[in-house]
Amino acid sequence: MKDFLGIRRFFAGLVERNGLAVSLYLTAAVGIWIFLLIILPQLTMFDYSFHHNLPPAKVGGPEDVYTLEHYRYFLRGSGNGSAYNVLDMSVLVRTLVAAIFVTVFDLVICYPVAFMLAKSSSAGRARLMVLALIVPYWINEILRAFAFRILFGSSGVINEFGMAVGLWGSPIDFIREDVALYAGLAYAYILLMIFPLYNAIESLDINQLEAARDMGATRLQVHTKVVIPYAKPGIASGSTMVFMLTAGALAAPEILGGPSNLWFTQIVYQWFNSGGNWPRGSAYAMILLVVCIAFVLLTMRLFKVSIGAIGR
Amino acid sequence: MTKEVSLDHVWVEFENFVAVEDANLTIAGGEFFSFLGPSGCGKTTLLRCISGFQEPTLGRIRIGNHDMKGVGPNRRPTALIFQNLALFPLRSVADNIAFPLEVRGVEKRERRRRADELLEMIALPGQGDKRIDELSGGQKQRVAIARALAVKPDILLLDEPLSALDLKLRQHMRTELRAIQKQVGLTFIYITHDQGEALTMSDRVAVMSRGKIQQVADSRTIYDRPATSFVASFVGENNAFAGTVLAKDGQGITIDAGLGVPLVAALRADSGVTPAVGEPCHLFIRPEALVPMTSGSPNSFEARLVKEEFEGHMRHLLLQAGEHQLRMSLVNNGLGGSVAGADGRLTVGFVPELAVALPLGLLASA
Repeated sequence: MKDFLGIRRFFAGLVERNGLAVSLYLTAAVGIWIFLLIILPQLTMFDYSFHHNLPPAKVGGPEDVYTLEHYRYFLRGSGNGSAYNVLDMSVLVRTLVAAIFVTVFDLVICYPVAFMLAKSSSAGRARLMVLALIVPYWINEILRAFAFRILFGSSGVINEFGMAVGLWGSPIDFIREDVALYAGLAYAYILLMIFPLYNAIESLDINQLEAARDMGATRLQVHTKVVIPYAKPGIASGSTMVFMLTAGALAAPEILGGPSNLWFTQIVYQWFNSGGNWPRGSAYAMILLVVCIAFVLLTMRLFKVSIGAIGR
Repeated sequence: MTKEVSLDHVWVEFENFVAVEDANLTIAGGEFFSFLGPSGCGKTTLLRCISGFQEPTLGRIRIGNHDMKGVGPNRRPTALIFQNLALFPLRSVADNIAFPLEVRGVEKRERRRRADELLEMIALPGQGDKRIDELSGGQKQRVAIARALAVKPDILLLDEPLSALDLKLRQHMRTELRAIQKQVGLTFIYITHDQGEALTMSDRVAVMSRGKIQQVADSRTIYDRPATSFVASFVGENNAFAGTVLAKDGQGITIDAGLGVPLVAALRADSGVTPAVGEPCHLFIRPEALVPMTSGSPNSFEARLVKEEFEGHMRHLLLQAGEHQLRMSLVNNGLGGSVAGADGRLTVGFVPELAVALPLGLLASA
């Protein structure tokens, strides 16, 4: 009841500011977007994940009962003994570790760029740099992944260059070593790191930097004690996005992943496609989602960032 | 410890633009020194040179006999108070004050002790755990000062720190700043475009215009004996007459200011550069130096009363004399009555000692 009153008050405020027609449109658009495109598919997946994998004829029949079979499969595999499903679990862990690595790598690359953009360059030059950052993203993600494959191939630019200069003698298999995959993933979501960082740092008063310097802080201390604490919400927001998207990436691992490296999303994909087991695929997707959210929340708690700060 | 600051022919040039032109002066240890001038006159650039954020293009800056060339702002014995104070919003009051100690690796307990001590000094005891946005404007001001004093700098630089405050608080903070300066005995270098601030607080004031220092003197001299037309027109209200020098002798200088009668300004031993006979000049007469006179008195001229503004303790009269519009201020004697005759005309004049004659120069635009 209280919540309902709150919503009513919110809507009344909206009408007061924008008029009835606009308010109705906004409410409907946001409502449809959230419910139809986000909540409903997730709920369906969630429901799916508790069903047996039945042929279409039997769906809704007496055998169609709720089950934890797929979650059990993730933990125990198909064996009946006390063995764990080490294969799938280790893929999940490896995916998460790789996503963390990519996130940290992006953060390290993007922080100086964002800082430079926000504080050290003139407005005109900053706009040019932003444009230069955005333009490559007009190209489709899959094409970009293939471009990386060519770049890192055994006769690609990097190998040719390295050998011509004499850094190494025979072509390095960057794909097998997963260098191409990490580079591709780091590149794929770099903008999602730069812009939240840029936004956060941009609003920082330049006098604060000078004040810190004037009071004896070294350049490094200016960053650790003034800029980074201030930009924390931006760092959290960018890191969350990069981490979530990297952990959930499919195209880059498919195209750039080495033969030995399986991404967890690829397992999900396999269950849906070649495996023909949609409920199990749904269960795996749910597991990935829950583990990722839990990990993000835990990290935020560790760094004392509130959820609300991310929206800033 | 107080150290003197000396600027030795300092020039600062930016692309196609000279921000500071040959600044050459010495600020004594323990002095309250102000740079006064309109925005864009180069005073902030000069302050940034002293604090180390800007290197002079030419010239030398010394603090206590140490050349500051190549010494970064973090290694100079100066502390800067920014116009917007630049307090750290994410830190508590005590953590703000202790920041300079923190970056120097002072341990936490000692930091806290020193912060409490400084809070005591600025009359905010026990407020160390408050957030910055819980403080009022004047309190923030004092916290900024305490933070700047935390590592005992030799020189405190203040960049228009009072401009964001309302009038009452500003006047109160003037007294307080002056008191703090006396208490800690530091050299204060104060930047402002507000002449009231500069004149009331400073031991000496440097008036700047277009990158050039026009005059360096104590407040009274700046007001009474301006060295250039800019100073005369920028500091306080002044009536400026452009004219030509007719005669000049030991006592005075006679000027044709286009009022029909020759006017005489006294010359004193401390008068600086004065215009020579036949040269164009400026004659300055302050509104409060003008008084009603009987017709035909020396140094008097006819004027017409255009408007009178009543300000309680003062009456401000707007007069028209020939081509000139001028202002005259009279202390309200409480008796009322018009100073002008029935036809709106009156005779006004001044004593030569209260007028200043200077070579023709640039006036401050109102």
